[in-house]
Amino acid sequence: MPKIVIDGNEHDFEDGLTLIQACEEAGVEIPRFCYHERLSIAGNCRMCLVEVVGMPKPIASCAMGVKDLRPGRNGEPPEVRTNSPLIKKAREGVMEFLLINHPLDCPICDQGGECDLQDQAMAYGVDSSRFALNKRAVEDKNIGPLIKTMMTRCIHCTRCVRFMTEIAGVEELGAIGRGEDMEITTYLEQGMTSELSGNVIDLCPVGALTSKPYAFTSRPWELRKTESIDVMDAVGSNIRVDTRGREVMRILPRNHDGVNEEWISDKARFIWDGLRTQRLDQPYIRENGSLRAADWDEALALTAEKIKATPSARAAALVGDLAAAEDIFALKDLAERLGWTHLDCRQDGTKLDPKWGRASYLFNSSISAIDEADAVLLIGTNPRLEASIINARIRARWRTGQCKIGLIGQSVDLTYPYDYLGAGPTSLRELLSDQSDFHDKLMDAARPMVIVGQAALARADGEAILRMAAKLAVHIGALNEDADWIGFNVLHTGAARVAGLDLGFVPGEGALDAAGILDASENGKIDLVYLLGADEIDMDQLGDAFVIYQGSHGDRGAHRADVILPGAAYTEKNGTYVNTEGRSQLAIRAAFPPGQAKEDWTILRALSAQVEHTLPYDNLTELRAAMYEVAPHLAAIDALEPADLGAIRSLASDAGKVKNQSFGSAIDDFYLSNAIARASVIMAELSALKKSSGEGATGTDG
Amino acid sequence: MLSDKDRIFKNLYGLHDWGLEGARSRGAWDQTKSFIDKGRDWIIEEVKQSGLRGRGGAGFPTGLKWSFMPKDTDGRPHYLVVNADESEPGTCKDREILRHDPHLLVEGCLLASFAMGARTCYIYVRGEFIRERERLQAAIDQAYDANLIGKNNIHGWDLDIYVHHGAGAYICGEETALLESLEGKKGQPRLKPPFPANCGIYGAPTTVNNVESIAVAPDILRRGGAWFASLGKPNNTGTKLFCISGHVNNPCNVEEEMGISLRELIEKHCDGVRGGWDNLLAVIPGGSSVACLPQPLCQDLSMDFDTLRELKSGLGTAAVIVMDKSTDIIRAIARISYFYKHESCGQCTPCREGTGWMWRVLERMARGEAQKREIDMLLDVANQVEGHTICALGDAAAWPVQGLIRHFRHVIEERIDAYSANAKLEGAVTEQVAAE
Repeated sequence: MPKIVIDGNEHDFEDGLTLIQACEEAGVEIPRFCYHERLSIAGNCRMCLVEVVGMPKPIASCAMGVKDLRPGRNGEPPEVRTNSPLIKKAREGVMEFLLINHPLDCPICDQGGECDLQDQAMAYGVDSSRFALNKRAVEDKNIGPLIKTMMTRCIHCTRCVRFMTEIAGVEELGAIGRGEDMEITTYLEQGMTSELSGNVIDLCPVGALTSKPYAFTSRPWELRKTESIDVMDAVGSNIRVDTRGREVMRILPRNHDGVNEEWISDKARFIWDGLRTQRLDQPYIRENGSLRAADWDEALALTAEKIKATPSARAAALVGDLAAAEDIFALKDLAERLGWTHLDCRQDGTKLDPKWGRASYLFNSSISAIDEADAVLLIGTNPRLEASIINARIRARWRTGQCKIGLIGQSVDLTYPYDYLGAGPTSLRELLSDQSDFHDKLMDAARPMVIVGQAALARADGEAILRMAAKLAVHIGALNEDADWIGFNVLHTGAARVAGLDLGFVPGEGALDAAGILDASENGKIDLVYLLGADEIDMDQLGDAFVIYQGSHGDRGAHRADVILPGAAYTEKNGTYVNTEGRSQLAIRAAFPPGQAKEDWTILRALSAQVEHTLPYDNLTELRAAMYEVAPHLAAIDALEPADLGAIRSLASDAGKVKNQSFGSAIDDFYLSNAIARASVIMAELSALKKSSGEGATGTDG
Repeated sequence: MLSDKDRIFKNLYGLHDWGLEGARSRGAWDQTKSFIDKGRDWIIEEVKQSGLRGRGGAGFPTGLKWSFMPKDTDGRPHYLVVNADESEPGTCKDREILRHDPHLLVEGCLLASFAMGARTCYIYVRGEFIRERERLQAAIDQAYDANLIGKNNIHGWDLDIYVHHGAGAYICGEETALLESLEGKKGQPRLKPPFPANCGIYGAPTTVNNVESIAVAPDILRRGGAWFASLGKPNNTGTKLFCISGHVNNPCNVEEEMGISLRELIEKHCDGVRGGWDNLLAVIPGGSSVACLPQPLCQDLSMDFDTLRELKSGLGTAAVIVMDKSTDIIRAIARISYFYKHESCGQCTPCREGTGWMWRVLERMARGEAQKREIDMLLDVANQVEGHTICALGDAAAWPVQGLIRHFRHVIEERIDAYSANAKLEGAVTEQVAAE
């Protein structure tokens, strides 16, 4: 525990800290541009210079470890000064150098108001310029539809380069040229292909990299900031939704060390234009084959009439991937009161089932435990597309050199190398029995981790594969109570899925699951289907059934619907979302639903009165109280319940038959994976770009 | 003056055979085995006793540097890297060693590698040194053929020497940028700590030495550290290669004792300053990066590290650039400033932005097209660059400017006065005022 005197006060610090972190802990602010906690240390901006007594030159505090400081001659602790005249002058000097070639275009710069350079120039700079020469101009680069560049503003901190290289794992940004001619570029001016590229906008301390879709739309001080949860995947990234009036203007990440650190995927960040288009803003009723606008009374009356007329055995309900736990709970409650049993929240047909216990369908180890894993086996998953944030975490772990990674499934570029073990369940079986290289690596690992993806489970033999994976987890010692390590993980793709399973939105005894419901509808055995935002099913299979679609976007479900009940998107309602690790988090309403659209649980509450099974809650608090009785763990916001190892052990029985068929992919098009994304122009552009740049492009597609 | 018997580089001018036979006839590869038999500690102790200071410019004691290398390996290999990226303007001493006495370097590599437990030695040769690299490689091949180095050599210390050719960037002469470049990356200096002795090339303990420092090591061992220490002055011992260029009658490289007076150096070896000693304007005593010294300071100037440092200049690489009174000193320094602007790697702020600023101001000052207040501003900018950067290139860019202002401020002022007077004569200023 090195002792250091900082600005006259003595402090104790841990060994591994850098001086800038130590100063932070001591409550002393050190200005910086290039330094970032989650990136490697570059030490190039020179803004964080501090004076260490006895050293001839000021030193960069970001690059100096506290244990590298030598005590004085008589053993007195090293003394650091951050407010001496020397340092004041040094900071002014660096600030001046940064500003001489930085344009004075703050009034037309999108970074204005949240610009590190602006803020620090105010705090540490001088009031006037001595530089009377022409400023350097740098040509802007086209690096894709997401990031707007204004390279003249660049201060060469290289945060973006380090992020892309280290975290995103795509070496597409770099610095070319030397001295004052150095430029940040994608070398050949191509768009960046990473799913995490948008994070460089946050990292850029100046206005060199800004958000292209958001360009010139608003100023940060005009925005109302709401802390919420992202639903584009099952990671549950913490986000901040910035709104102006009714409109969501942009989405930014919030820091959560356990979940998304401080990154979000491009889909989470740029989805907001999809919240404005294709919205269902009033009820619709299908008449003579086409939809006509209706009012709520009419739509609810018709819905209630149809529900009352349908025998409960001939009605079904499906929940989509974006529904909040409250919505699912209200629909389940209503369905039970109506005697419906054909319920499913697994529209992709995954074979997970709450009857095996919660641990059978959760990412049990927690996401942050990836930082400790020393062997990771991916089964039927492409985490880069299904959960980009988790993929970045696995990559970060791989970078330490202490983690072996194996993959069974589609051989794709995950941004890190892995042992490819095969394409399908056969390879999984071989791994269980055989003494292959990777088997040994898993056996030798103290903290092995198995991650099963939906591509392995959403198939007829999904249960057998899940059991085999559990068996493997037990076999390799991934369940270790002593070490407090549970390395059996299921990776979800839908934000609503875990809550749906938690609330038991699955078929009752002998009832039909999603595939069964669709088959039965096709064959005329189901007369009424209630879709709560369920869009990822084959609508043609619904046959002649009366379809009620409750949701926010005019997507596949709405096109097929006989009645449309317009609901709220995730930014427009207070809702609980449970992420893949079982972490319950609250999304807060940032804006109001458009037009006549309503929060989803209120629609169900209104409908329940019409069908004479009134749900016993009149506000969200009462609803939540009822929900917490059924699923108490949902009340523990941001907490993780310890997993029940017994559930996994009992799952690990010998598997039934598996088909010798390769695992597919859970997500075909990363940018178009849900109704909101399909309504987004930006996502469509990205998707087209990806297709045209990807392998197999013919040049005529797109 | 250095007597012939004390000369280390006996073939500095290439008058004799550069090859193994010639080198042997001059004493190279003699008793090498016996030094290795005496052990690492003995070698390091001898070098320490000799008082040898690094010949690359900074003058850090070489023996001490060698002793920083871990005594025992922790599993990582140790490396010796020889810095032959000699790019400092005015300096051409390593070039002559590579051309005419490469075996001294090869032998030095073996001894230094042994002293530091290195089994691999890299020699990073400046990109422009095509023939020199070929000559060095030939010498290494000869040494391999004679089984002097390599596996199971006659000296009992396996050593492989690799010559690596740079691409001509000045910054790659900075030791950590050199390591980056050697690893195949962009040549940008690393942050220190960790120092190369802890974590150098490929993350392993590494010592980076200048060619001359390594090449003199065998003779120090052969003749004893005490012999080397007896030459020169206390703390500035031994012999040194001086490269004298510029306005002298006979520009040359010469090996001389440390602490020789500048006047003796110039008059004995270079036939004096062009137009006589009194025609001397200034000298830059240690390669382009150190501050220039005006004629009055040069009278009894002792050419050694400490004296020159006291004068706020430096011995640097001992590349003496002599300028007579025909020199436009502002132009000269502006040109040097352009060099550093051009060679700045662009990594850290003060150097990236400051070098260009200083050069542009100096260009205007050279024309007189500046304000007098800009002189102090320029000095302030130079001070803001100096000591605030990752590597020493920032310092190297600032020192010549500081030296110019320290000693030749009056010249700048006169130039500015002349320019504005001229402008007045031409009517430029008055007309402008009238127009306003």
